[in-house]
Amino acid sequence: MPDTHYAVAAVLVAAAVTWGLRVLPFAALTPLRSSRTVQYLSTRMPAGVMVILLAYCLRDLPLTHTRALAPMAALAVTVGLHLWRRNALLSILGGTAVHVVLASTVFTR
Amino acid sequence: MAFKDSAGVGLGFLPLGLAFGALVTQSGLPWWWAALSAAVVFGGSFEFLLIGMVVAAVPLAAIALSAFMVNVRHVFYALSFPLDRVIGRLGKAYSTFAMCDEAYALTTGEGARSWSGRRILWLQLLLHVYWAGSSTVGALLGSRILASVTGLDFALTALFTVLALDAVRDLRGDLPTPALALLSALAARLLFPGQMLPAAFTLFTTALLARHLTSRRKSSHA
Repeated sequence: MPDTHYAVAAVLVAAAVTWGLRVLPFAALTPLRSSRTVQYLSTRMPAGVMVILLAYCLRDLPLTHTRALAPMAALAVTVGLHLWRRNALLSILGGTAVHVVLASTVFTR
Repeated sequence: MAFKDSAGVGLGFLPLGLAFGALVTQSGLPWWWAALSAAVVFGGSFEFLLIGMVVAAVPLAAIALSAFMVNVRHVFYALSFPLDRVIGRLGKAYSTFAMCDEAYALTTGEGARSWSGRRILWLQLLLHVYWAGSSTVGALLGSRILASVTGLDFALTALFTVLALDAVRDLRGDLPTPALALLSALAARLLFPGQMLPAAFTLFTTALLARHLTSRRKSSHA
């Protein structure tokens, strides 16, 4: 087990950097909020950011391997459920359940 | 009200937090480290990476650099996160501290335009509690119960799937925006595999700016 002081310091360092990145841009960007360009960006960024984060989660999907079938099937279930019921909790739990079942039974590594 | 706002996405945190906590104790770290990290860092995707780095005892400077690279995306959130509605220094400080991807997605959605600062803060606090609570429970149950369960990590993918679908729906048929985002992600994956997130956000922002400038020029000629 790593040294306790080090493990705590690692958390504090990560937290300081993360909070800095979350708070400092507000000081720099708040005066720009009335600009038309910033308004254009701010209405379109949320969707784009989430698409990019989703792609990031799937970045190491082994597309040529049968192992990819579990996440692909779970993704299809998540999307299908969400388009059908629009219930975030149902979509997340349904997709995750399908993935857990497939990954621990059919597609074990 | 905030409980209802946070219920869908927030409860998606539960399997993820359980998985994070279990991974912490399975990696040989004490259970309280999961609680500390979840409460103090509150950045899910980076915390998963942090486990491996702490176990490998990498230098603190390397941890700071990785935290910067993974979380630099939050810089872009300042453009649209409704911090102006949150009142008071303490409230603003907490609101920025707890500005995770999910809080950003929920508070910038179309349905959230009328939300008060109070409602935003409550939502963030609840998300924070769900994450810290489920991580602690996952760490305490740890290897005993969760070792046989694989694939809980998909909850993060499912979470972003749901947030992306809702955000794209709010765009009302503006399909070039998600298409540009997807292209940026693919290009970043191929060209900068080690720095995929910051590269993708930079490409996407540049593409949006270029699109905005060209469409404005066109409309001023018309």
